[in-house]
Amino acid sequence: MEYLKAFLVGGCICVIGQILIDKTKLTPARILVMFVVAGCILGGLGVYGKLVDFAGAGATVPLPGFGNLVAEGVKKEIDEKGISGILTGGIKAAAGGITAAILFSFIAALIAQPKSKSNM
Amino acid sequence: MGKKIGRSTVKFGSPVCISNAASIVGPKEGEGPLSEYFDKILGDELVGQGSWEQAESKIVNDTVNLLLQKSGLSTKDIDYVFAGDLLNQTAGSTFGFRGIDINYFGIYGACSSFGEGLGLGAMVIDGGFANRVIVSASSHFGSAEKQFRLPMEAGSQRPPTSSWTVTGDGCALLDKGGHGPFITSVTTGRIIDMGIKDQNNMGAAMAPAASDTIYTHLKDLGVTADYYDLIITGDLGYIGIELLIKLLGEKGIGINKKISDCGIKIFDRDKQDTHNGGSGCACSAVTFSGYLFELLKGKSLNKILLVPTGALLSPTSVLQNETIPSIAHAVAIENL
Amino acid sequence: MISNSEKERYKNIVDKASPKSNVLSDCLKAFWVGGSICVMGQLISNYLKSLGLDKGTASLYTSSAIILLTVILTSFGFFEQIAKYAGAGTSVPITGFANSVCASALEFKKEGIVLGMAAKMFVLAGPVIVYSTVSSVIVGVIYYIYKYTSFAK
Repeated sequence: MEYLKAFLVGGCICVIGQILIDKTKLTPARILVMFVVAGCILGGLGVYGKLVDFAGAGATVPLPGFGNLVAEGVKKEIDEKGISGILTGGIKAAAGGITAAILFSFIAALIAQPKSKSNM
Repeated sequence: MGKKIGRSTVKFGSPVCISNAASIVGPKEGEGPLSEYFDKILGDELVGQGSWEQAESKIVNDTVNLLLQKSGLSTKDIDYVFAGDLLNQTAGSTFGFRGIDINYFGIYGACSSFGEGLGLGAMVIDGGFANRVIVSASSHFGSAEKQFRLPMEAGSQRPPTSSWTVTGDGCALLDKGGHGPFITSVTTGRIIDMGIKDQNNMGAAMAPAASDTIYTHLKDLGVTADYYDLIITGDLGYIGIELLIKLLGEKGIGINKKISDCGIKIFDRDKQDTHNGGSGCACSAVTFSGYLFELLKGKSLNKILLVPTGALLSPTSVLQNETIPSIAHAVAIENL
Repeated sequence: MISNSEKERYKNIVDKASPKSNVLSDCLKAFWVGGSICVMGQLISNYLKSLGLDKGTASLYTSSAIILLTVILTSFGFFEQIAKYAGAGTSVPITGFANSVCASALEFKKEGIVLGMAAKMFVLAGPVIVYSTVSSVIVGVIYYIYKYTSFAK
């Protein structure tokens, strides 16, 4: 059941993205930014947290989950540290993901060679 | 000496001969319907180089040398070269001609560069300033994607209106004398912008420019479309050709039986997943230098109007939400 | 000069002539691939939790694992093929973020590992980080004010 919920919710979030790509002239980068900002606002309001409780990875793995993560992070940091949490909370919560992306990509770029698309 | 007739056309007093042509293409183009016509098909798009840009320049260099070799000429026999490509500072051509000892003119007309080069080259020869001129136009899928779109490994879906940049270089040798085929007239295009912004629909952006140039060409020369065996545009693709037929139809010119497009010819849309067709400077350059030149030589075509089309956008203009200015040059090539 | 009404008319002709994406089939593909990536995330997360990790740590390691997998697939040229099929199914999950960082790093490596690879790494993913940071601060400010005023009551 847990997996079904993750599948359905995660799939639906992706479908929203696909409709935006196909039906609007928005560039993919803009759509991703919209998702993150939407996740952050919904996270700030505490709505997205309920979706995470319901769907687990179905809500945390898509990009709005990233927005939610930074919103949750900033709230938690303010609770613990006060006003300085406004500046540190967001990035702190996202630090693991960003560092992982930088580190793995860095290593990959040092090792991998460029490939051609046309032979596929 | 030639003369200017009408608004935009030059008719040559003594037609300029296209005495030879050479083409080198990438592997994908080599799998397409025109594969048998190309001089050389590369095994991989990097050609042993370290980057897409270096690979493009290597292809340019190899194609020029191949043309010289095929023609039995050396660099001393060539007066000028007109060369263009899509990269910033036309780096594909300049770096490609590094080490080739010929007086060099770099040109930019985006994907219309081959038409621009043929026009300028023929005028220089007919004007008496040169005996032999080489025209080169190149593009590379990798370098074009990197400059205009996304990194190669970035996952994305190409919209159905998008086209596929041709990897390769096409070179033509223009000669004062010879057995033909001959460039008899050229019509220089104007910058036309019909307000299309979608850089993934360049056929739509360029169709009005092609329509304007073809209309002007026929009017200046006082001939109908029936005069030609084939009118072939550069890289309008399926969408652009449909629009071109419609636009010319509105001006009372029926061309749907005569018209084709290099971008449609070079790839098999169904098998090669190229959507709207091929594009890039090399699209018209290799289709001419390989396929059309062969048919003209073999006299199965005798009168063609080659109309390379160019979308003159830049990555910056796209980000600044500008519309896409476009151009098309018409080059009449005939067996006399 | 081309009039605006002419441009408008041409735009309508172009819209009619241009084929549209097959939204239904695109959405189905995005749905099952995107859903499956989330299920994979759930599997990894559940496994980590069964090892005794707390929710936050499990979630961090799950993201890292998906990012690592994406980077490997990107480096070998497989991710681009999957993404071509799945569209938003791979670009909306964290796989899209990781792919855009890795693909940019690979593409610009030739311009050097400082001004090329490192400088261009966030050419696509940068906006996501900028906007999530800025919106987190806005959320933080509102949250702080809300908290302060509700305590003052």
